[in-house]
Amino acid sequence: MTGKKLTPKEWMITRSIQFSGFSSIIFVLLILYFLIAQGMPALTEVPLKSLFSVRWYPIESYFGILPLVLGSLVVTIGASIVAVPLGVLTAVYIAEIAPFWAKEILKPMVELLAGLPSVVLGFLGILVVSPFLRDVLHLPTGLTALSGSLLLGLIAVPTIVSISEDALNNVPDTYRHGALALGVTRWQMIWGVVVPAARSGILTAIMLGVGRTIGETMTVMMVTGNAPVMPESFEVLFMPIRTMTATIASEMGEVASGSPHYHVLFFIAVVLFVFTLIVNIVASKISFRKMNRSERILS
Amino acid sequence: MADCGFVSTSLLLNAENIGGALIFLWTKLFFFFIIYDCLFHFFSSENRPAFIEGNWLLMKKRMVFCMVIGVLLLAACQVQDKVDSDVASGDAPTYYIQNKGSDTMVNLALYWAEEYQQEHTDVRISVTGGGSGTGITALLSNTVDIANASRPIKQEEIDAALVNGVVSVEHIVARDAIAVIVHPDNPVQNLTLQQVSDIYAGRIGNWSQLGGEDRPIVRLSRETNSGTHVYFLESVIRLGNNEDKTIFSADTLLLPSSEGIIAEVRDNPNAIGYDGLGYITDEVKVIAIAEDVSKGYVFPSVETVNQDLYPIARDLYMYTNGEPEGVIEAYLTYILSPAGQQIVEDLGFVPVQ
Repeated sequence: MTGKKLTPKEWMITRSIQFSGFSSIIFVLLILYFLIAQGMPALTEVPLKSLFSVRWYPIESYFGILPLVLGSLVVTIGASIVAVPLGVLTAVYIAEIAPFWAKEILKPMVELLAGLPSVVLGFLGILVVSPFLRDVLHLPTGLTALSGSLLLGLIAVPTIVSISEDALNNVPDTYRHGALALGVTRWQMIWGVVVPAARSGILTAIMLGVGRTIGETMTVMMVTGNAPVMPESFEVLFMPIRTMTATIASEMGEVASGSPHYHVLFFIAVVLFVFTLIVNIVASKISFRKMNRSERILS
Repeated sequence: MADCGFVSTSLLLNAENIGGALIFLWTKLFFFFIIYDCLFHFFSSENRPAFIEGNWLLMKKRMVFCMVIGVLLLAACQVQDKVDSDVASGDAPTYYIQNKGSDTMVNLALYWAEEYQQEHTDVRISVTGGGSGTGITALLSNTVDIANASRPIKQEEIDAALVNGVVSVEHIVARDAIAVIVHPDNPVQNLTLQQVSDIYAGRIGNWSQLGGEDRPIVRLSRETNSGTHVYFLESVIRLGNNEDKTIFSADTLLLPSSEGIIAEVRDNPNAIGYDGLGYITDEVKVIAIAEDVSKGYVFPSVETVNQDLYPIARDLYMYTNGEPEGVIEAYLTYILSPAGQQIVEDLGFVPVQ
């Protein structure tokens, strides 16, 4: 580019593209700034001991965020248990096993699932999933972490499927041919060669899917019961819980701006942001990992 | 530059205009960068500014620098200035009515105001919440025309008003009653207020303790931001005792909507819920409530609420300074008219007969 003067038109185009590129950084920085500016006063307004206690009842100044943080974790872990096997296996089926016509039906279907608004899934949860779980498992109520996990799993599946499928498709055919030439079965080829070769892509897919479930709000607000119960044992999966996202969504609208409650809600948002950040950093660490030597030679 | 930071901060704090503010800020940071870049070029030996040169590394460095400065500036002038939310529009209204108070009534008041303004374009009504106390205090200092309150005015407030030359006049504009509901198959029919309080505070955990089947009790409630939630907490769980600090049992399910509560109560034989009388449908069973056993169990209905028999009910008031006149009188007449009371019913409250 050096030495060559840009025409004004070219200059405009170049700048506007660069401008758009930088805008995302600016937005993230601004969001971070506002989260921190509004969330940090919580640390001084509410004693730390109270902030990390186990009771959340903000209108009487009980600001214990632990049940909310753990509630989010429980739902996210539950959702991953549902979504990871389902998503990865669906991707394997679509990419490796399915005949052409099945692929043509399945791929748009999975994409359709991705486009399903979460409020619709929430309604499905209230009307179908939670009564079903209550009857089958004889629970006191169906509005539990389990129903939230199942539905969130459904939300994460499309992300996992489409990214994993891309990763599987990117595995060179020479791998498959080589494996089959050695006399392995089709299953051994898929499970022993193709999937490991696409490992980093699949892991990225999983992390992005998990990231999606942490931030999901509407569905969990509708189906998890929103009771800020402190998770103490494995049984919590069958009890109502309250997540960070649902808390922010349901309380932010009515809270007096600038009150301790308001700042605590922003503080929860900071915690949520940190969670998502960790997941995204892990995902990018995996996907930008340098290929090792054997992979380089083979591909 | 500090000025720019200040302006954009105040813009950003106005949530309604967040998009516009972000674009503004974005533009500002970009110009900041260009100016900085040009200045840098001016005082250095470079031939042309980096952004024209297309020196990517240099640009990156300066861009980051500008962003850091910009964000710091924003932080430095974080001053919250009030943004007047009064939206000016077309034809200028002749009369203004200031209406402030109870958060429970804020939706109701907004609906009334909207409907009324559609028919009377010369009247502009501004409705704000803040709580019954806030509304009454504003009436005392004569800064509002109508104060909304979900409790009657206290004697000391009446006295304080007289000192300021304000004579508060009470108007009952609607009633608020809360029905306690269970699944249609639940054999429990009657509960005392004390029993409902024990259920929600977590002291009673099984329907068999109340003469029902051996089932765990699943408590349902509206979210904490709902006026119904607060009223239920104060008048049922704490039985109206201000000293009492009992709160909802931690495993109470807080559902975001009335529909959510109705749906769960309809489907779940373990559930108990409560909601404004107007939201109750036929698919759930309404419990008869007694303030105390000797006073007998009463089902909530428009009649029992208006006759003051049902215990979980309260009047909703509007207070004016002196007998209302002119526009305010016309507005209050509208509120008490069948059209105004229809809105009361639509929003889940009990109309005044």
